[in-house]
Amino acid sequence: MKKLFIALLTLLPMAAFASGNAAHLDEANYDLRDKASLQNGAKIFMNYCSTCHSTQYQRYSRVADDLGIGRDVMTENLVFTGVKVGSLMKTAMPAESGAKWFGATPPDLTLEARLRGADWVYTYLRSFYIDETRPFGVNNVVFPSVGMPHVLEELQGTARLLEIKHNEEELDLPEGARIVKETEVVDANGVATGEILTSYLSPDGNGELSAEEFDEAMLDLVNFLVYSAEPNQLERQEMGFWVIGFLLILLVFTWFLNREYWRDVH
Amino acid sequence: MLGKLVNWIDDRIPMTDTWNKHAGQYPAPKNFNFWYYFGILATVVFVNQILTGIWLTMNYNPSGDGAFASIEYIMRDVEFGWLLRYMHSTGASAFFVVVYLHMFRGLMYGSYQKPRELLWVFGCLIFLALMAEAFMGYLLPWGQMSFWGAQVIISLFGAIPVIGDDLTLWIRGDYVISGATLNRFFALHVIAVPLVLVVLVFLHIVALHHVGSNNPDGIEIKENKDENGWPKDGIPFHPYYSVHDAVAVVVMLILCSIVIFFMPEGGGYFLEAPNFEAANPLKTPDHIAPVWYFTPFYAILRAVPDKLGGVIMMGLAIVMLFLVPWIDRGKVKSIRYRSVWHKLNLAQFVICFIILGVLGTLSPTPGRTLLSQVTTLGYFGYFALLWFYSKNETTKPLPKRVTM
Repeated sequence: MKKLFIALLTLLPMAAFASGNAAHLDEANYDLRDKASLQNGAKIFMNYCSTCHSTQYQRYSRVADDLGIGRDVMTENLVFTGVKVGSLMKTAMPAESGAKWFGATPPDLTLEARLRGADWVYTYLRSFYIDETRPFGVNNVVFPSVGMPHVLEELQGTARLLEIKHNEEELDLPEGARIVKETEVVDANGVATGEILTSYLSPDGNGELSAEEFDEAMLDLVNFLVYSAEPNQLERQEMGFWVIGFLLILLVFTWFLNREYWRDVH
Repeated sequence: MLGKLVNWIDDRIPMTDTWNKHAGQYPAPKNFNFWYYFGILATVVFVNQILTGIWLTMNYNPSGDGAFASIEYIMRDVEFGWLLRYMHSTGASAFFVVVYLHMFRGLMYGSYQKPRELLWVFGCLIFLALMAEAFMGYLLPWGQMSFWGAQVIISLFGAIPVIGDDLTLWIRGDYVISGATLNRFFALHVIAVPLVLVVLVFLHIVALHHVGSNNPDGIEIKENKDENGWPKDGIPFHPYYSVHDAVAVVVMLILCSIVIFFMPEGGGYFLEAPNFEAANPLKTPDHIAPVWYFTPFYAILRAVPDKLGGVIMMGLAIVMLFLVPWIDRGKVKSIRYRSVWHKLNLAQFVICFIILGVLGTLSPTPGRTLLSQVTTLGYFGYFALLWFYSKNETTKPLPKRVTM
């Protein structure tokens, strides 16, 4: 673990430093072809997110068909609002109540992955930390002053946001900790002291899942949200190969046709 | 049998005559190069926009409550709706790519000079109508960038003294951008402006075929005819250029397909990320940037510290294009035979235009504002300098016949 962090520190830091105050986003290596991952993502979404968040541009039946979940299985296990399987996936919570309880209506998440990017969503889901000044006692590293409680607490447990000042070789973080930001320490004259201030999230390990399992689960959820944002991505890309293949063949014919005609132009 | 049918029709309308005048017997200079593809490519994109637009209209809902959802309905529930939409959105950007290259060709080879002034002016009108069409079309998805982009642009009219506020109210049909604005923009986008465009494209082609095409040498092929009255350097448009252009059309379709099927968002430039969130009048996005094809003019707008001044400069940037045929007082058309000053001037113009385009996508900093002021000067400087040196420009002798 320690070696990994040292490797990370030596490999990425310039980009991280250059980005200034913005928190570092972790790369979400989702795989839209992984049906099991998508199904697990759908399960997590329906159980933890759909209470407050809609994906109101998507239909249950479409998700069932695309993800290889039977429509009856979908209706029994993942449709909690009692609507028909062909319905749009709207939350049961009225928008006004959401605004009253959380300060803002929880946004629709159908297109969230396209709006903010998969990496952002992946990092956001894993970046809640304890902050007693907030109404729900938690805050988020990539979404400061977020209005949402830490819904996934039973899976992840809670985390604290800690800081450590260190020289490059001295960094020693607790098990399961994740770096969120690295800043070069400067003295009063703005000259770098050679020290680095690292902010990291330190989970208490009280969740049902280990840190690795939780990351894996969040990747599944991100996978599902990326799918939701554009359900026909794979179909689109597959068709693209056929279309471009056809056009390349057509190009050969038009090329030779053109050459044949232009033989007599001098 | 077929011949009889053709005769029957020709006795009633000039079908064969029209075909011959515009294709079969239209003498096109035989020395067209790469730059002469973009007219036909623009036509192909235009047809694509009309056709995909018709099918999108069938499922689109032009109301404040339903617009955003109907786009996602098209993307998910309509058979091949996603393809139609991406073809339309990619086509919009492709349209500006080919039109900008087409206009650059005109500047480079002096295609606006006598007797092609009206041809050029019709082209400029097409460009203007196209900008209006693209601007109003961009509101229709009713995303955050649609809404706030339109908000910014419409508010520019408010800078006009005395009538400004009433004018913005009249354009919006409301005190803010609302469903009323969306409805009228929809009407203008799908009916009014396309009709204007069709008429202008028709006039553009009529003017072109009346005066004849210019060519990279900028000499008139009509001045050198054989005993049958056919220009010695001309070849019939069909079949020579129809097969020639077919290659270019296929290449363009391949390039567009790469975008449509593998990167429909165009790196966030063709479909901007904030537009995946429904319009919300109460929440301003962090950074409002127009779509890439408007950014050079947007950068000119921002380069001027005064709002009204910026609007005027932005308007003038377009007006200058209309005036090019009269600003350029030279007699030699093609850049091939013009002075080194002209080459340098056109080069700096293109560089300034591109830098302005990049700056328009970025949020302003003092350094960028300064750079945009310098490049704005370069943009207008092109026209000013052209007017001065073109009167007594040292040019190379023109060839008698076109060079291949």
